[in-house]
Amino acid sequence: MKLAYAGTLPLQGTEIAAQWDSLYWFMVILSVFFFVLVVGGMIYFAVRYRNSVAKKTLYIKDNHLIEATWTIIPTILLMVIFGWGYVVYNRMTQAPSDAYEVRVIGKQWLWQFQYDDGRTTVNELYVPANRPVKLIMTSEDVIHSFFVPNFRIKQDVVPGMYSSVWFNTTMPGKHQVFCTEYCGTSHSLMEAQVIALDEKQWSDWVRGKSIDNVPVNGLGNVPFTAAEREGKTEQSAQAGGEGSIQLAGLALEGKKVTEAKGCVACHSADGTAKVGPSFKGAFGRKAEFVSGDSVTADENYIRESIVNPQAKVVKGFGPVMPTFQGMVSETEINAVIAYLKALK
Amino acid sequence: MTSTTTTVSHSSGEHGHHYLNHSKGLWSWLTTLDHKRIGVMYLYTVILFFLLGGLFALGIRLELFTPGRTIMDADTYNKFFTYHGAIMVFLVIIPSIPAALGNFVLPMMLGAKDVAFPRLNLLSYYIFMLGAVVALTSLFFNGVDTGWTFYTPYSIRTSTGTIFVVLGAFIAGFSSILTGLNFIVTIHKLRAPGLTWGRLPLFCWALYATSIIQVLATPVLAITLLLLIAERVLKVGIFDPALGGDAVLFQHFFWFYSHPAVYIMILPGMGVISEIMPVFSRKPIFGYRAIAYSSFGIALIAFIVWGHHLFVSGQSEMANFLFSLITMFVAVPTGIKVFSWVATMYRGSIRFNVPMLYALGFLELFTIGGLTGVFLATLAIDIHMTDTYFVIAHFHYVMVGGTLMAFTAGIHYWFPKMSGKMYDEKAALYSFIMILVGFNLTFFPQFIAGAQGMPRRYWSYLPEFTLMNQLSTVGSWFLFAGFSWVAIYLWKAMKSGAPAPANPWDSLTLEWQSPSPPPHENFLETPVCKEWPYEYRSQPASAGKA
Repeated sequence: MKLAYAGTLPLQGTEIAAQWDSLYWFMVILSVFFFVLVVGGMIYFAVRYRNSVAKKTLYIKDNHLIEATWTIIPTILLMVIFGWGYVVYNRMTQAPSDAYEVRVIGKQWLWQFQYDDGRTTVNELYVPANRPVKLIMTSEDVIHSFFVPNFRIKQDVVPGMYSSVWFNTTMPGKHQVFCTEYCGTSHSLMEAQVIALDEKQWSDWVRGKSIDNVPVNGLGNVPFTAAEREGKTEQSAQAGGEGSIQLAGLALEGKKVTEAKGCVACHSADGTAKVGPSFKGAFGRKAEFVSGDSVTADENYIRESIVNPQAKVVKGFGPVMPTFQGMVSETEINAVIAYLKALK
Repeated sequence: MTSTTTTVSHSSGEHGHHYLNHSKGLWSWLTTLDHKRIGVMYLYTVILFFLLGGLFALGIRLELFTPGRTIMDADTYNKFFTYHGAIMVFLVIIPSIPAALGNFVLPMMLGAKDVAFPRLNLLSYYIFMLGAVVALTSLFFNGVDTGWTFYTPYSIRTSTGTIFVVLGAFIAGFSSILTGLNFIVTIHKLRAPGLTWGRLPLFCWALYATSIIQVLATPVLAITLLLLIAERVLKVGIFDPALGGDAVLFQHFFWFYSHPAVYIMILPGMGVISEIMPVFSRKPIFGYRAIAYSSFGIALIAFIVWGHHLFVSGQSEMANFLFSLITMFVAVPTGIKVFSWVATMYRGSIRFNVPMLYALGFLELFTIGGLTGVFLATLAIDIHMTDTYFVIAHFHYVMVGGTLMAFTAGIHYWFPKMSGKMYDEKAALYSFIMILVGFNLTFFPQFIAGAQGMPRRYWSYLPEFTLMNQLSTVGSWFLFAGFSWVAIYLWKAMKSGAPAPANPWDSLTLEWQSPSPPPHENFLETPVCKEWPYEYRSQPASAGKA
C-alpha cells in the first residue's frame, strides 16, 4: 500500500490551484529566508559570542535605524502577500455567470447532489470538465465544509443559509472531497468525489447513461476499504463479516451501492453496531423499535428503512438517518436487500 | 492591603525562615493569602492538568498511527481531542504563565509584599478549581465530543456533558478576569520606590498587556457560553437555525474572545523570553521600549482580527478582506520582538544555562509558528489550509513551541527562587534536546499532511497520509519522555538539590535581591529600585557558576 503522498501539495486540478501554488511557494521561500535570518542569526551569535570566548560585551540599548528597518520591510512584504492573497481569493469567489449549477446538501454523514434535470446523486458529484461549475450548498443538520484539495477550494455548508463555491477543472477524472467542519461521529468518513467528465462522458451522463472506470486523480487512489477503516485486514473482515460467502451478482451489486451511497459510514457489515445497526443479520431478524413495537425484518421493512428511516427507529439507536427517497432507484434497493440477505 | 501579620523576620536566609516553612500543614496552604504559595499551587495544578491533557494527546496520536481504527472507535476519539483541547487551553496554557509564574514573580519583581488583593487572589484559585472540577464532571455524563470550540449547532444537539464543560469554562473565566484585575492594580499601585514605568521589567509589561485582554475579552466568552447553555436548556433560538438562530453567530462571539485569548496565551511567554535573553547574554535588552509597546500593539490588534477564523464560514468578502489585512499587522510587532531578542545576543557573552536553552528553543519554534501564521492570514492560502493539519501544526508551534517552551524556560529560571534548590543541569540539557527533537518530529510533518489536504479532527484518514502521521506519533513519545524527565529531575531537586544562592544567574530584577526561597513577606527590607533592570555590562566575576 502506498503510504505517502508524492508531492507536498495535491495535484493542480484547476488553473486557480496553479495560481494558489505560486503564491504558496513564494511564501515558503520568503519564510525560509526569514527563518534562516532569525534562527541562523541566533545560532551564529550563540556560537560566536559564547561566554567562554566573549568576555566583554557591547553596551547598546537600541538603534532606531535598524528598528525602523525591521518594522518597515516586513510591513511592505506583508502588504504584498496580503494583496496577492486577495487577488487569488477574489478569483476563487467570483463564479462566472454561465457556470453550471449543482445544488449540494450536506447531512450527517453524506453529501447529496441535485441536478437541473431532477436527478440526485450521493457522494458522487458529476460535473463537466473545462467548464465553470457553481455549487449552491446548504446543510440539513449541523455545519459541514466542502473541501476539494485538488482545486484548493473550501466552503462551509451551513444550516439555514446558502453558501456557494465554484471551480473549473481542467483535469477529467475523480477528485477527492473531504468534510472539513467537524460534524460528529463519522465526520472523517463523510467523503465524496467530484467526477469530472470529458465531453463524450458528459454527453453520456446527460443522456442518463452510467459512467464507469473514471480514474482517480491523486488523493484517494489508494484502495481503502470500509473494513480497513475499521482497523481490520480484508481477511479478518471476511471471516467476521461476509465470512466465506462469495458475494456475486445482485448481492455484490448491493454491496457496491452501500459503499457508493455512504451507508457504510454508519452501518458495518460485520455485526459491529456503529451509528446505526449492522447490516449483518439485519434481514430476517426480529427488529425492536424505540416505540416498543417490533417486526420481523423483511423486504418491505428494509425498503421503508431506506426511504423513510424515521418511521421505525431500532432500539438503542438515535433517529439520525436521513431519507434516501429519490436518491436510490428501485433496482438499487433490490440490490441492497439482496446484499443484506447474503450477509445473514 | 497585604495580608501579612507576622512580625518582621530577621533570620531569613538560606537555612532560616522562609515562605515554605512560614506555616505548616496542608490547611496553611489551602487558606494561604501569600501570592508565592498561590503561585506554587497554580503551578502544581497546571502541571497536573498538563499531564492529563498530554495523556489524551498520546491517545490521539496512537489512534492516528494507522489510517483506520487503531485503538479506539470514532466517538471515543472525538472525545479525546475535545478533552485534549479544552484541558490544554482552559486549564493549562491560559493559567500557565500568568497565574502560576506571574503570581509568584510579579509582586517580587515590583518589590511588593504581595498582590494588591490577596484574598481575591486566593478566590481566583478556587474559582479556577471549581471551573476545572465542573468541566471534568462531564466525563461522567457521556463525555463531550464538540471539540474545544463548541461550534453550534452541533454543540446544541450532542450529549448533555457539553453543558458541564461549557459551564466549567464559564466559571474558570472569572478566575482569569479577577487575576487580570489584581495584576493591573498591583502594577499601578505597588511598585517599589524608584521603580518608574520606564524601569518596569518587560515581564511585568507583558503581564499588564495580558491582564487588559483578560479583563476585557473574557466577559464576552462568559456571555457566549451562557447563551449556549440557555439555548440547550431553555431552547431559546440563538445559534441553532432549527430554532430560528444563526449558526455562524456563535463563531463570531466565540472568536471575539478566543482570538484575544491566543494573546493571553503567548504575551506572557514573550515576557519571560524578554527577561531571560539579556540575563544570559549579559547585555541590555535591545529595544526595551519597542518590546514593551509591541505587547500593547498586539493586545490592541488582538481585538479586531477574530474574523480570520471565519474565512470559509460564509462571512462577506468585504469582511474577509478587512480581517486578512488587519491580521497582517499582528506580524509586525511580533517580528519586532523576535528581531530584538536576537539583536540582544549580538556581541554579548552568552551562557547556556537551562533557561537560555529553552529561550533559544522558543525562538526556533515560535519563528516557525509565526511565519506559518502569515500563511493562514493570507486569504487564498487560508481557504485551502483552514481546518487541515496545517492549522494544527501552526498553533502547536505557537502554543507549545512558544508558550510552553517559555513556561518551561520560566520554571527553570525561577525554580531556584521558588524552591531554594538547584537542579541537575545535565539531565536538563538531555531532556531539552529530547523535547526539541520530539516537538519538531511531532508537529513538522503535520504541516506537510495539512498542505496535502488532511483535514483536522479526523479519526480515520486516507492511507496517503500514513507516513506523516506515523512520524508525528513517534515524535509524541519523545515529547512525553522529555517532559516526564523534566518533572522527575525537578522533583529530585526539590527533595535533595543543592541549595540555591539568592541570585544564581546574576539578574538585576528585584526578585533576585531577596533570599532563595524568599521570606514570607518577600523582602527583608523594602527594596529600592536604583536603575533600569537591564543594565548588564560585561561578565561579572561570579558569572556562569552559582
